[in-house]
Amino acid sequence: MSKKTLIVIGNGMVGHHFLEQFCASPAAADFEIIVFGEEKQLAYDRVHLSEYFGGSTHADLAMGTLEWYTEQGIQLHLNEQVTGINRENRTLETPRGSYRYDELVLATGSYPFVPPIEGNDRPHCLVYRTLDDLDAIRASSEGARAGVVVGGGLLGLEAANALKSLGLEAHVVEFAPRLMPVQLDADGGALLRHKIEELGVQVHTEKATTAITEGEDARLRMDFSDESFLETDLIVFSAGIRPQDALARASGLEIGERGGIVINNHCTTSDPHVHAIGECALWEQKIFGLVAPGYTMARTLSAALNGDRELAFTGADMSTKLKLLGVDVGSIGDAHAQTPGARNIRFNDEQAGHYRRMVISEDGKTLLGAILVGDNSHYDTLLQYALNGITLPENPETLILPESQGGAPALGPDALPETASICSCHNVTKGDICGAIDAGCSDLGSVKAETKASTGCGGCTALLKNVVDSELEKRGVEVSKDLCEHFPYSRQELFHIVKVNGIRTFHTLISQHGKGHGCDICKPAVASILATCWNEHILATDHVPLQDTNDTFMANMQKNGTYSIVPRIPGGEITPDKLIVLGEVAKEYDLYTKITGGQRVDLFGATLSQLPEIWEKLIAAGFETGHAYGKSLRTVKSCVGNTWCRYGVQDSVGMAIRLEDRYKGLRAPHKVKMAVSGCTRECAEAQSKDFGVIATENGWNLYVCGNGGMRPRHADLFATDLSDEELIRTIDRVVMFYVRTADRLQRTSVWMENLEGGLEYLKQVVLEDSLGIGAELEEHMEGIVGTYQCEWKTAVEDPEKRKRFREFVNAPSQTDPVQEWTVERGQRRPVLESA
Amino acid sequence: MKPRTRWEAVCTVDDLVPESGIAVWTEEGPVAVFYLPHRLPALFAISHTDPFSGANVLARGITGDLKGEPVVASPLYKQHFSLRTGICLEDDTVRVKTYPVLLDGNQIRLEVRANQQTSIAA
Repeated sequence: MSKKTLIVIGNGMVGHHFLEQFCASPAAADFEIIVFGEEKQLAYDRVHLSEYFGGSTHADLAMGTLEWYTEQGIQLHLNEQVTGINRENRTLETPRGSYRYDELVLATGSYPFVPPIEGNDRPHCLVYRTLDDLDAIRASSEGARAGVVVGGGLLGLEAANALKSLGLEAHVVEFAPRLMPVQLDADGGALLRHKIEELGVQVHTEKATTAITEGEDARLRMDFSDESFLETDLIVFSAGIRPQDALARASGLEIGERGGIVINNHCTTSDPHVHAIGECALWEQKIFGLVAPGYTMARTLSAALNGDRELAFTGADMSTKLKLLGVDVGSIGDAHAQTPGARNIRFNDEQAGHYRRMVISEDGKTLLGAILVGDNSHYDTLLQYALNGITLPENPETLILPESQGGAPALGPDALPETASICSCHNVTKGDICGAIDAGCSDLGSVKAETKASTGCGGCTALLKNVVDSELEKRGVEVSKDLCEHFPYSRQELFHIVKVNGIRTFHTLISQHGKGHGCDICKPAVASILATCWNEHILATDHVPLQDTNDTFMANMQKNGTYSIVPRIPGGEITPDKLIVLGEVAKEYDLYTKITGGQRVDLFGATLSQLPEIWEKLIAAGFETGHAYGKSLRTVKSCVGNTWCRYGVQDSVGMAIRLEDRYKGLRAPHKVKMAVSGCTRECAEAQSKDFGVIATENGWNLYVCGNGGMRPRHADLFATDLSDEELIRTIDRVVMFYVRTADRLQRTSVWMENLEGGLEYLKQVVLEDSLGIGAELEEHMEGIVGTYQCEWKTAVEDPEKRKRFREFVNAPSQTDPVQEWTVERGQRRPVLESA
Repeated sequence: MKPRTRWEAVCTVDDLVPESGIAVWTEEGPVAVFYLPHRLPALFAISHTDPFSGANVLARGITGDLKGEPVVASPLYKQHFSLRTGICLEDDTVRVKTYPVLLDGNQIRLEVRANQQTSIAA
């Protein structure tokens, strides 16, 4: 039997999704598949189009690859426009030829609506839909100062963001009295407008453009019906979309009154061999301009072509959650309370810039819709209530109140029914996720790979993780807290054992409480615990073999086996004489020199045997070790403070030096960073540190558990207007509580997030002394401060310890042959490439 | 035929660091010698060169055992190498050279290839 032919017109997101679904189905074997795309590129992610100006390329946005199309045996005709369909003969025409089909799928999408305004066809009047459009906008932005977006809806604001990222002064002109009139109400729209204007986008509402003419100071002039006008260099029309139904219309298929190819519940048009999906299709007088309903249509049609008439398209949830210009906006269900008898609950915090509205049924039992602006953290919970008809709690307002005002915590994954839709892009329910876990998926990654959940828009990532974690936990999958194969204890438990039993060596600990000989996981962890408890020199004979190489040699190993050296420069304050010494030492040993992010100087390229010599010189000039190699306090960054700065209200440098001197050398589960800012301008970036101190008129505000790096987290405000002594006592307690209770290699941010009770609990322990251990924590810290020694000073003075720094113990003059150098920008760097 | 070898004296007992490694220079290049006093045998010698980075650093790694196998962890990228066989536990296609090692009085000796010009007596 010869194969039938299936032709798909349109290669956008929905057309591509249909191919993915259909090619994986049994019916694919019966069809030759031909795809026509009008654009020159393969289907790409239009939802994230604005990222194109942020540096993403077509390859980043692409939905599939040419290889995939080849593997599936699909004939792909890109940049080839279909010009006509002859339904009687079942053929279609393109400028390159004529093709026969048995089944035809129209996935032609939509086109941007350009309002009929005189002058709308002038140069620099553009639209925002395709990559070609974006290239045109980019070209037009050359030499332009200002740009206007006509349309204040979802896409219009995306387009405004794009103009802003091109460096233009961006304006939004909207006909309605508010932004996003479809999704938001007056209050929500007003807040969104306020936030967007703060970001530098100018918003003009209730403006009807009457003509576009040549400008005087800019390329174009827009005249409005209220006789005002606006000059601009380019205009982007984003006033809504219209279904791309021209081909269907010309071939005599049934078309809706206001456009759109009429389809039934199985996505078939008035011709049984022609089907339509996505934004070109009209179902029950409705066009669906979101990707998720388009995907649902694609799945429905694929099933129908496989003879499965069970699956039907029955409309779609049009709820949306997005970040527009960095502002959270969410709209769920009947956001405008059009259901008879619907009632509203509103929460509006103008100070914080949060607006939330719930629309509930007359009997108060179900959530019909919601609007969120400024903070989408309630979206997932509200959406689950709305989609699954979960009965609202007795006081439904608790769902949108902040927790501090009696708000209810987010809906736990356990409360969701099996039918709850977790990922609407790929239509994955909680039941599907449970099924995947029962079939053997044992972590988030494998569940995502198996179900495709959270691989569409990504909006459900957090919810998915909660569901997976909770389901795994229910099945008794337990993440082992054991440190490693040698110790069946967590770091916190080991700390307790060491402290209570007065254990002072690794050997004692492993022979009494562990097994085997240890490894590179447990040895440094135990070394850190021993250091915190007893504060002995890290090169004491028993401790040497426990340390990571960086701790052993008190320097940071680089890729060619040489080390970098970071002397302590407390608070970033350094005398010219000391700075000269650093320069002289670096010059003498030809060390590559770089300023660090923590206001210090890093000297790279010292060999093992040079380290003690270099440190002798540094110590003679008054330097101390900077512990850049240790899981310990690194640096206390500071701004210059009120001694110089006209805005400063406290001596931030003085406080930074005091803190750095106090906590230097303390061994912790991971590195600890601090900063002190002299006023609220926050030049020291204290809120990204483990401990951030910001000066106030009355003292100091303390922020804790912030983080930069791979997983940034803003520090939480912990206490306000502290005196110097109160500040230090509070930090003493938090630091010591962290050191005692955190897991191995756990930064303060993750530690706090995992503390049961979180920030509030930490406040109780530290500020209210709820565990009665405050005095003990302070005493422990005093003991450590009192026994501080500069490890490098002790090391260079002890010939036995210096023996460790021989590169080759039997050949002092032998240099390491792989350490080869080249010169770049006036300094030495290694040529060794790592494999 | 086995190539001719000799037992080269590389260092003394005092140079060793218990539970850790030191590096020595031999005619075959840099070698790491480990002393694990709680095991039998207590001495191991493997190439000092980390095959993943090319840097001469293995003597500066942390020693220990994994499922009973004595290992050193590369201080750069943390792969583990068996001190007995030199095989990398994370990638068994990678193997560092191992050297027979013995204690001769106060001297630590390694068996290395004999240079044509050198006498076989050490």
